[in-house]
Amino acid sequence: MQVNKTRYAQLTEGLKPEEMLINMGPQHPSTHGVLRLELITDGEIVKEVIPHMGYLHRCFEKHCESLTYQQIIPFVDRMDYLASMNNDHAFVMGVERMMGIDKDIPKRVEYIRVLVCELNRISSHLIAIGIYGIDIGAFTPFLWCFRDREHIMNMLEWASGSRMLYNYIWVGGLFYDLPVGFEERCAEFIAYFKPKLIELNQLLTGNQIFIGRTAGIGVLPLDVAINYGCSGPMLRGSGLKWDLRRVDEYSVYPELEFDIPVGRGEMGKTGDCWDRYKIRTDEIAESIRIIEQCLERLQKELKRSPEFDPRAKLPKKIIPKEQDFYIRAENPKGELGYYFICDGKTEIPRRVKARAPSFNNLSVLPEISRGVLIADLVAILGSIDIVLGEVDR
Amino acid sequence: MNFNEIKDLLTDKFGQTAISVIEPMGLQPALLIDPDFIVQVCEELRDNNKTWFDFLSCLSGVDHGPEKNKFEIVYHLASIPHKQQLVLKTIKDHARNSDTLPSFLTVSGVWRTAEWHEREAFDLFGIYFEGHPDLRRILLPDDWEGYPLRKDYQAAEEYKGIKIN
Repeated sequence: MQVNKTRYAQLTEGLKPEEMLINMGPQHPSTHGVLRLELITDGEIVKEVIPHMGYLHRCFEKHCESLTYQQIIPFVDRMDYLASMNNDHAFVMGVERMMGIDKDIPKRVEYIRVLVCELNRISSHLIAIGIYGIDIGAFTPFLWCFRDREHIMNMLEWASGSRMLYNYIWVGGLFYDLPVGFEERCAEFIAYFKPKLIELNQLLTGNQIFIGRTAGIGVLPLDVAINYGCSGPMLRGSGLKWDLRRVDEYSVYPELEFDIPVGRGEMGKTGDCWDRYKIRTDEIAESIRIIEQCLERLQKELKRSPEFDPRAKLPKKIIPKEQDFYIRAENPKGELGYYFICDGKTEIPRRVKARAPSFNNLSVLPEISRGVLIADLVAILGSIDIVLGEVDR
Repeated sequence: MNFNEIKDLLTDKFGQTAISVIEPMGLQPALLIDPDFIVQVCEELRDNNKTWFDFLSCLSGVDHGPEKNKFEIVYHLASIPHKQQLVLKTIKDHARNSDTLPSFLTVSGVWRTAEWHEREAFDLFGIYFEGHPDLRRILLPDDWEGYPLRKDYQAAEEYKGIKIN
């Protein structure tokens, strides 16, 4: 069927004598998971990068064709395993909107959902920062970030029962209410964490070596970013103020105050690796603001009461009308989208397609890393912040 | 521009046969585009300043099952300046004979996002995209046989001599 050679065949078969074809294989500490990068290099300068993925493909979409909507939620957790509350939230919002029950969800449930999603956003960005530091060669931020992340994981384990893949946000409500004392413990954590964030910034953000490795590297122009479908910190790093929490105004985000950090090219050019890194640290500070506002409301107007049951609004059978629906939400990595096709007759969807942000963000890697050194390629890949569970699904 | 205005803009430019509406009363109405016109429609939607759909959120392949024998591509577009979303669909019949693949035109010249999304549709559904620069499998191993997300997919008994149960 193919008449012309694919671009891959043209690149790999047309090597010049001085070029090398090197594998940055699936087992590599700096590729953020099982990602294989085929590099065509001239000495140490990378001429072309060809990503190969699929090592973590677990056939999410095929599984969805034989499971009910509630049963799909644990599978959805496992796509971006570092931010599974956000994955759950987006999926559950889509199903609720299709069923038409999205306006009936109690306010307390919505605020708890935003609280755990923002906690998970902090923990995902902490990993991004810590791993980025260790890719560049700075070992201390890695352990500091993981120490702080442990506190978040302990709290979420207290709320949901598991450290990483929570299965907490269900269609129509939550699995359990927050345990007694959670709001106070969370406020203690915020008070502990704020000075730690300042320490972390002092360590990495203004560090001359870090700036030398990341500023001006991997510049992503805005039109390229939009054309390639990049979203999240990658798009905001190139200067565009685009955050789906403010654009689509879903859940209770319209009632909360927070800013959207945007890359401005302070240390190099707009859209370089330093900008994307800086946005992630700024987003942690914004998430702390959101969490403080949620905690205040959860302790005052929406106090817990004995008759509150988070599973009260769970539908007995989830059978949406026959329709197609696309929901999009702001994951820490970017725009997470689910496309549902329901046939209106059974509890099992006909098709659920997950649009993963890391899949699109990774596709821009060959474009921005032509002519860089191999060490810069590691810096660029770290700034894209991919999670292979999402790329491969 | 809302949905009806976009539909009128496209019908004026391309004619009634190329554009029609599916599910106008649903939560997200979709435009059904004739498969030969899809690239021109997408270019128009991207370049026209009134619509300015510069972001392709998602491109999905759909298999309608062995009874209907249709393959469909669904495009979810977003306009960043106008904060709008739009759904486009193209459908083709295909009898699932094993020597040809259902073939659509590629939109990877319009949005580079489509390159990898179309590779995924090719990999999992066996939908061929004419004009795609690099159409090869992306998620499954390069030597996999069959297209798993099709409704009539039978999993192979063995992979390279190893039994799969």
